[in-house]
Amino acid sequence: MTKDADQAVRPPYRIFEHTADLGVEICGIDEMDLFRNAALALSDIMTDRRRVRGREEREIAAEGGDREEVLVNFLREVLYLHNGQGWLLKDCVISEMDEFHLCAAVTGEPLAHDRHTMDVEIKAVTYHRAQIQRTEQGWTGRVICDV
Amino acid sequence: MSDIKIERLDEYRWIIPPVGGMRVPGLIYADERMIHAMGMDESPRQVANVAHLPGIIGHSLAMPDIHWGYGFPIGGVAAFDMEEGIISPGGVGYDINCGVRLMATNLQIDEVKDRLRDLVVALFRNIPAGVGSESALRLSVAEEKKVLRQGAAWAVNRGFGSEGDLATTEDGGAMRGADPDCVSDRALERGQRQLGTLGSGNHFLEIEVVEEIFDRRVASAFGLTAEGQVAVAIHTGSRGFGYQVCDDFLARMVKHRSALDFPLPDRQLACAYLTSDEGKEYMAAMACAANYAWANRQVLMHWTAQTFEETLQRSPRDIGMRLVYDVCHNIAKVEEFEIKGRKQRVCVHRKGATRALPPRHPALPDVYREVGQPVLIPGDMGTGSYVLAGTDKALEETFGSTCHGAGRVMSRNRAMKASRNRSITAEMADRGVIVLAAGKKTLSEEMPEAYKDIEGVVNVVHRAGLSTKVARLRAVGCVKG
Repeated sequence: MTKDADQAVRPPYRIFEHTADLGVEICGIDEMDLFRNAALALSDIMTDRRRVRGREEREIAAEGGDREEVLVNFLREVLYLHNGQGWLLKDCVISEMDEFHLCAAVTGEPLAHDRHTMDVEIKAVTYHRAQIQRTEQGWTGRVICDV
Repeated sequence: MSDIKIERLDEYRWIIPPVGGMRVPGLIYADERMIHAMGMDESPRQVANVAHLPGIIGHSLAMPDIHWGYGFPIGGVAAFDMEEGIISPGGVGYDINCGVRLMATNLQIDEVKDRLRDLVVALFRNIPAGVGSESALRLSVAEEKKVLRQGAAWAVNRGFGSEGDLATTEDGGAMRGADPDCVSDRALERGQRQLGTLGSGNHFLEIEVVEEIFDRRVASAFGLTAEGQVAVAIHTGSRGFGYQVCDDFLARMVKHRSALDFPLPDRQLACAYLTSDEGKEYMAAMACAANYAWANRQVLMHWTAQTFEETLQRSPRDIGMRLVYDVCHNIAKVEEFEIKGRKQRVCVHRKGATRALPPRHPALPDVYREVGQPVLIPGDMGTGSYVLAGTDKALEETFGSTCHGAGRVMSRNRAMKASRNRSITAEMADRGVIVLAAGKKTLSEEMPEAYKDIEGVVNVVHRAGLSTKVARLRAVGCVKG
């Protein structure tokens, strides 16, 4: 894979400092893009996502009392696919969403130790200081994960 | 930088006076250097946030290994009234009953130092460790529910260790009130494959050597008889089962937070009244996770003993591996204390804090009746551990609680950067510690500089009288996830 292609698949996120945990800041051009990128970032942190194939599709639904809660609950579902079902995420399409609900279709495949590497064990996505903001460039979101 | 006001009470105690919605003051145990460092992060704010919760008794407490967590600080202790108080999954943490067990042996380091590498390699092979590691044990749901009800006794009944181990495990290795019906299918599913695994992150299995004995009478009662004696420490918890229990209940309580009659200073402090159905169900599910963790450490101890026997080709009697004690440091428990002259049952949250009972406390096993409870404090990777003993003062001031470890000072991200182009394995070898880790990242994240100096932390609790120093153990071999 070329360097350009590498960059093309890497979602726009960065890790920020939080003493015991892992802070993740994600960007998106709109809300749907933000939520999609958040799911990809979570997968990217855990594994080399380039090695994951999109062979199976799963549906995810999440809800919450506000956008931040929807984001955390959505990422909790993404994480459960891995931690609970031994599955790795390749891509994600947000099919519908509003301030309180979200539906997404994700593709990926079961974890295979001969094919995939696991870099970080994320125990949980926390509600602590979860944030979503509209910026001049689009949207940013922040979540803190327990690792 | 935190904007919280902190006032000095005496050499090792610092008060956060109640302001705004704080119901009680904050009380932090630390030396002056630690307090200055704390001002740079949000942990004092988190101590203050916990003081907002209904039914909190005395102080929102913090031990010297306090660091910035999410919701409750790590190193936090808070007790709540059984009628008016709350229980909070965030006040326990995701890794419910994360804890430490220490085993003493009859071996001296001189006898095994030539076989040390073989021992570490064999332990690394026999003890499943690392991200997503799975156990040789596979539990049916029916069997898993027995683990959740019985805790360490389940493991003993199936030949992992012996009956005597239960007496030297906190709460006998089983928390009362565990109800598997309060646990989600997701948690049950995750628990089926992980009993008998170490996990990753800061969890470890370490071969240690008694380096220094501070109190020979107490050390001897704990089975730590001489410098050079080999011991083994295991630090792990309830694995994915516990994470899922916490995650499930936090989500429920966040969802229902608007029904509470008080504002939450942080969503991660979501909680339920102890008298509510939700609070009772969390308590019953949390007890299941606590029991899972005790069974987990019991199984790992047994496999460790077997590995020693096979590798050294010596009999169990010869090796004499025996449990000194097993403590949990992420838990909420109903315990009785004398408060303002009368006995009162309260719900104590210890998130990164260890119970420390004084001599003659009724919850102690007979063997420790005269010396108090062993308190096990692991340091950073390769430093070894401290063994302390509980005191009356801890019972009076901190609901029988003390510190739990070194406490992080460096984020995992910063540790990764600081370790770039270095071989942490080689650096540890230079210090005389053989380390085998499933993941290179874990080693970097867990390097010694990422943690507070354990000696500083232990000295504060010792001098403040929350527990007394008994022995210091040095690491010589380490298995990491």
